[in-house]
Amino acid sequence: MQQSMSKYIIKRILLSVVILFLVAFIIYAMMRCLPTSYVQSMAQQRATAPGSKSYEEWLEQLNAQYGLDKGIIPGFLSWCSQAIRGQFGDSWKFTVPVTEKFAEVIGVSVVMAGISFLLELVIAIPLGVIAAVRQYSRVDYAITTIALIGMSLPTFFFAALLKLVFSVKLGWFDLTGLVGRNFAQLGPWGQFCDMAYHLVLPIATLVIISIGSLMRYTRTNMLEVLSADYIRTARAKGLPEGKVIYKHAFRNTMIPLVTIIGGSLPGLFSGALITETLFSIPGIGYTSYQAMVAGDIPFSMFYMCFLAVLTLACNLLTDIVYGLVDPRVRVSA
Amino acid sequence: MSENKREERKNAAPPPQEEQYSLNDDRRVKVLTPGAMVAKRFFRNRLAMVGLIMLIAMFLFSFVGGWFSPYDENQQFYTYQLQTKQYAGVVQNDDFRYTVADGQEFSTTVQAYFLLGYNKTDGTEDFSFDYKDVTYDAVCEGDAFYSVYSNGVLVAMASKDIISVESGSLSFNVKYQALLAYFAGETTFEADGATYTMDEDGNIGQDGAILGYISRFVVTATESSDTLSRLFKEELQACIENDESEFVFTGSDGETYSYEVEYEPYTNSWTVNQETETYVYDAYASPSMAHWLGTDRNGMDMLTRLMYGGRVSLVIGFIVVLIAGVLGILLGGLSGYFGGWVDNLIMRIVDVFYCIPSTPLMIILGAAMDAMNVDPQIRMLFLMLLLGFLSWPSIARLVRGQILSLREQEFMMATEACGIRTSRRIFRHLIPNVMPQLIVSCTMMLGSTIITEATLSFLGLGVKFPFASWGNIINDVNSTYVMTNYWFIWIPAGVCLLITVLGFNFVGDGLRDAFDPKMKR
Repeated sequence: MQQSMSKYIIKRILLSVVILFLVAFIIYAMMRCLPTSYVQSMAQQRATAPGSKSYEEWLEQLNAQYGLDKGIIPGFLSWCSQAIRGQFGDSWKFTVPVTEKFAEVIGVSVVMAGISFLLELVIAIPLGVIAAVRQYSRVDYAITTIALIGMSLPTFFFAALLKLVFSVKLGWFDLTGLVGRNFAQLGPWGQFCDMAYHLVLPIATLVIISIGSLMRYTRTNMLEVLSADYIRTARAKGLPEGKVIYKHAFRNTMIPLVTIIGGSLPGLFSGALITETLFSIPGIGYTSYQAMVAGDIPFSMFYMCFLAVLTLACNLLTDIVYGLVDPRVRVSA
Repeated sequence: MSENKREERKNAAPPPQEEQYSLNDDRRVKVLTPGAMVAKRFFRNRLAMVGLIMLIAMFLFSFVGGWFSPYDENQQFYTYQLQTKQYAGVVQNDDFRYTVADGQEFSTTVQAYFLLGYNKTDGTEDFSFDYKDVTYDAVCEGDAFYSVYSNGVLVAMASKDIISVESGSLSFNVKYQALLAYFAGETTFEADGATYTMDEDGNIGQDGAILGYISRFVVTATESSDTLSRLFKEELQACIENDESEFVFTGSDGETYSYEVEYEPYTNSWTVNQETETYVYDAYASPSMAHWLGTDRNGMDMLTRLMYGGRVSLVIGFIVVLIAGVLGILLGGLSGYFGGWVDNLIMRIVDVFYCIPSTPLMIILGAAMDAMNVDPQIRMLFLMLLLGFLSWPSIARLVRGQILSLREQEFMMATEACGIRTSRRIFRHLIPNVMPQLIVSCTMMLGSTIITEATLSFLGLGVKFPFASWGNIINDVNSTYVMTNYWFIWIPAGVCLLITVLGFNFVGDGLRDAFDPKMKR
């Protein structure tokens, strides 16, 4: 079993590498198909930025770096050989190496995503269980409706509403930004509190928008478990209802839950593009949004490949976790 | 006899109500087709019905509402707005102006020495100053009006009052005599052998015509096209001297204009503002009877924009799902039915597509289209195609999974055993069993596509002006001022989006429950 599992994992990883290669190629080809005048104008624009290189140098560097003078396939291969060594080039927008900028901004995103993920778990799973246990009751309808409303709310609209109510009308929070005006004068603890304070609204947005799907997932799985024969058996032998639900039903619901939770862990690194942009939180999402809108090809290439890696990691992890937590799953060689 | 009995039985009264039907009689058991069962379950689901009503309402609003709206999608409204415009500026001259007598010299250096000498006096005395061995005598002739002599010859005059020439030109002598007369309060003066008149307002006249005037105020029109009459300037000056802030002037055409005069101590000047009615876009008008939801930034009726925006959002949603559905069913079906290398190939393509981050890709393409100034209509087409091509993999996966599990079931084996031909097996037996799942996920997908489109339009990268879409209507909220003060611009659009997507989700959820044969209700 151990051997077949590791064999399976290795096989999946190899497959993922192939997929990643193809995805990177498609993204690269798409970038290359954008009109070259666009690239040139971007180079020109970058060259006028203070402290930047001259237009010819930029163009030359771009051509050399991305093989824009070569065909798409040789260009892609040279990009690949650079990328494997961890060299993604200089960002046009931020005029620093892409990886440096990435390391600078990823922290906030992960913290934000981590906190909202925890909150999501704490809120969604109990509510999902309650909804399933009291199926078709008023509570169930209320929870289902709230979950569906959360799923249907466009992020930008909800964020604007939150801003209007809590920032403009009540004046409790700043409209945008990660730090307040007097951030520099605060001590370390004060700075921490200031950042935490500014993260309240973005995290609230994230939690409410994404809570619905986990809630419904819990409910569906709990319902499935509740209709299983062993639950009937447990009830038949006279176990108290609380024990039936929390010991027999919920533990079995944990299997799909843990699977989906484990699978979404890599997603915590992807950043919340829309939410970060709306609240001007300098995380990876907002940064890459700026880069993408500015036509910053090196950064965009990096970010998209990073996202692709995360997606692959999510899929892989889901399957592995599923195999680990569910004793019924066996890898078929 | 037996004949008769049979006859009797035939002619007997119709059987009583309580008659027992045979077991397989249709009248005994209420038989529902699977479709009717699904419909029954669906219509019993309260949330699904609410969703259906919401959807119908939004469809009517978007597609029918446009016909009832008295306005066009892009019809702009105008309004007259009172705008305070700067009309003229008045400056009180505080510097000496020097006029040099004919044939004399009075250089700027000498002017500076004059000023030095003047500053030492209290402003009314005569004084003298030296420059380069020449002694100049300044004789005070009136309020800030000096004649400067050198060795008894009049070299120049210095005055804070300015002589503005209306027509022609006035010689030094005329100007000098005019100022002298002005300060002496005389009504006539002579210069260069001609007689001029002088009134108390400082008008210099000759033979009834006004040649020029003396004034310490400089009045200039803000718009170079406006010419200010002498009368206007005079009355304005009087008004300023009386410290009035309102100024009413009756023009030569008999019309009365009112102006506001503002004093700016910092520059020692006055600005004259005129309130004019300007014909402008009726932007951000509050809700009224004519415009139930007010007007937007461009002065277009908000309610009408919302209706047309709904059309765009819904149509884009449907086309995207159609593209994704057709591709997904085709490729997923092929993959699931044939299996083997076809399955492997198609599933790897699906994996690749699954990995492409769609939102960043759309943002990059949107920004590139922005840079290339792509026509909004073509943009919309691109948007639909791209969203469609990016979202088929999930449907393909679903169809394949369904077909794989269905293929193993007994009824499929039975169709094979019966020798039913392949096309019939696929279309009559396989596809109908895939449909329920497919319909559910397409309904849910409609909702999420509408959100995606709205998000892109909100970021300014999707549907572009002049087309309305719920997303780009909310785009205005990016300005904090609009967000705070004009709720009617963005809240209705957001509510429309919410209702529509919620409707799709409710209906999708209800359909899922209704299609589930295990459901007891």
